[in-house]
Amino acid sequence: MSFITRGFSGRGRDRDPRLPPGQTLVEDWPVLSAGPTPDIDPADWEFVVATENGRHTWNWDEMHALGVEDITVDIHCVTHWSKLEMAWRGVPLDKIFENVETSYDYVMAHSYGGYTTNVPLDELLDGQAWIAFEADGEPLTPEHGGPARLLVPHLYFWKSAKWVRGLVMMPSDDPGFWEQNGYNLHGDPWAEERYW
Amino acid sequence: MTHRPAAWHAATVRSVSRETASARRIEFEVPTWPGNDAGAHLDVRLTAPDGYQASRSYSIASSGDSRRVVLAVDEVPGGEVSPFLVHELQPGDQVEIHGPLGAYFVWTPGDERPVQLIAGGSGVVPLYAMAELHDREQDSTPFRLLYSVRTPDDRFFASELEQIAARGRLEASYVYTRAVPAGWHSAPGRVTRDALAAATWPVDRRPRIYVCGPTPFVETVADWLTELGHEPRAIRTERFGGG
Ligand SMILES: Cc1cc2nc3c(=O)[nH]c(=O)nc-3n(C[C@H](O)[C@H](O)[C@H](O)COP(=O)(O)OP(=O)(O)OC[C@H]3O[C@@H](n4cnc5c(N)ncnc54)[C@H](O)[C@@H]3O)c2cc1C
Repeated sequence: MSFITRGFSGRGRDRDPRLPPGQTLVEDWPVLSAGPTPDIDPADWEFVVATENGRHTWNWDEMHALGVEDITVDIHCVTHWSKLEMAWRGVPLDKIFENVETSYDYVMAHSYGGYTTNVPLDELLDGQAWIAFEADGEPLTPEHGGPARLLVPHLYFWKSAKWVRGLVMMPSDDPGFWEQNGYNLHGDPWAEERYW
Repeated sequence: MTHRPAAWHAATVRSVSRETASARRIEFEVPTWPGNDAGAHLDVRLTAPDGYQASRSYSIASSGDSRRVVLAVDEVPGGEVSPFLVHELQPGDQVEIHGPLGAYFVWTPGDERPVQLIAGGSGVVPLYAMAELHDREQDSTPFRLLYSVRTPDDRFFASELEQIAARGRLEASYVYTRAVPAGWHSAPGRVTRDALAAATWPVDRRPRIYVCGPTPFVETVADWLTELGHEPRAIRTERFGGG
């Protein structure tokens, strides 16, 4: 139903084809959070994967020992900004799931501070997601989710849970905190799956 | 919260008026609008003749079942969308809006916990919507506002907030960062942790806290609130951007 707004010409004519619809390129790095920023010491950090069969845990050093990768990805926030070719470092979820047995297809990511977000397991494997510790060559700052956040760059960035502390396997795709509060269950930026 | 599905709507500008030296209030008529909770926001999408589009989020200053939707937009110099909305948009013009959005940064009457609103600059828009609804509905929850803004003339909804406060429906305190009125109790300057503690509900009142404004303001204030002992889950934030 789009129509022209009288007098509007806009700025960026040469639209980068890597930008999904409705997104604007930014140079800075905006912050989207629903509450205060938690302060987590890596010495206290622990990561848990809980399945119908039990729990697996890793501390900071054990997580790093799984093998940290350098990756370059584009990120897209539901509030209409994108950053292209960002350098990140993190452990691929494929490594984490190597020794995890589960028959459940869905994941609830849990964060320090109580936030949750849901993602199908098959969208986290095969080089699609990481537990990330660094961005642009620096340790992740708390406001950007440090010390560790989930990184799922092919979905809107609220799915890349800040301050992540664990994944709980689920038999069905239940909505997390963000999804219960208006954001889309899936969140594909190319399909503009922003809201309910 | 009332569940109102988000959808695209055609919005026609009914009126525009000066809000502050850098900001404008825009009132839209939206015949298909489902209404919105106090604190919700929407996306504005503008399309150029060649099909180029730009979208930005704006908080809604109005609430309830009305088909009238009020925004207040501050100009970010050099920005793509806000200078257009502040200077170019005229009554009769149409834009697309998508909403209402956000089911977390909202306040609904009937909750007994006292409410603390904390705003920086244009961040007062969704908080004004909450204070206005609270006043209109004659809700009995006590409301406080701490508003940090450059100068008295830069206050959004200045007279409306004064009237609500004069009716005893809101305790408002102001922090001026650039210039203060004659006889003001302190020199211009940013809010401090002590001033924040003094002007807001103490921890034992278990307030619900809404903080909104530029990202650095929200980060600083939300950190102090948790240091003062407020439960992190009682603090809801909305970050408008900026560095
Ligand atoms: C949920 C939400 C609600 C919002 N509600 C309101 C509102 O009620 N009123 C309002 O005036 N704005 C509001 N904003 C901000 C608004 O969405 C735009 O970011 C702002 O109008 C700037 O857009 P622009 O196109 O003019 O600037 P852009 O072209 O996007 O940006 C130009 C430059 O300004 C910087 N910048 C972007 N946003 C801001 C900002 N908010 N403050 C300072 N610098 C910035 C950018 O980093 C960039 O360098 C809201 C933002 C969010 C996320």
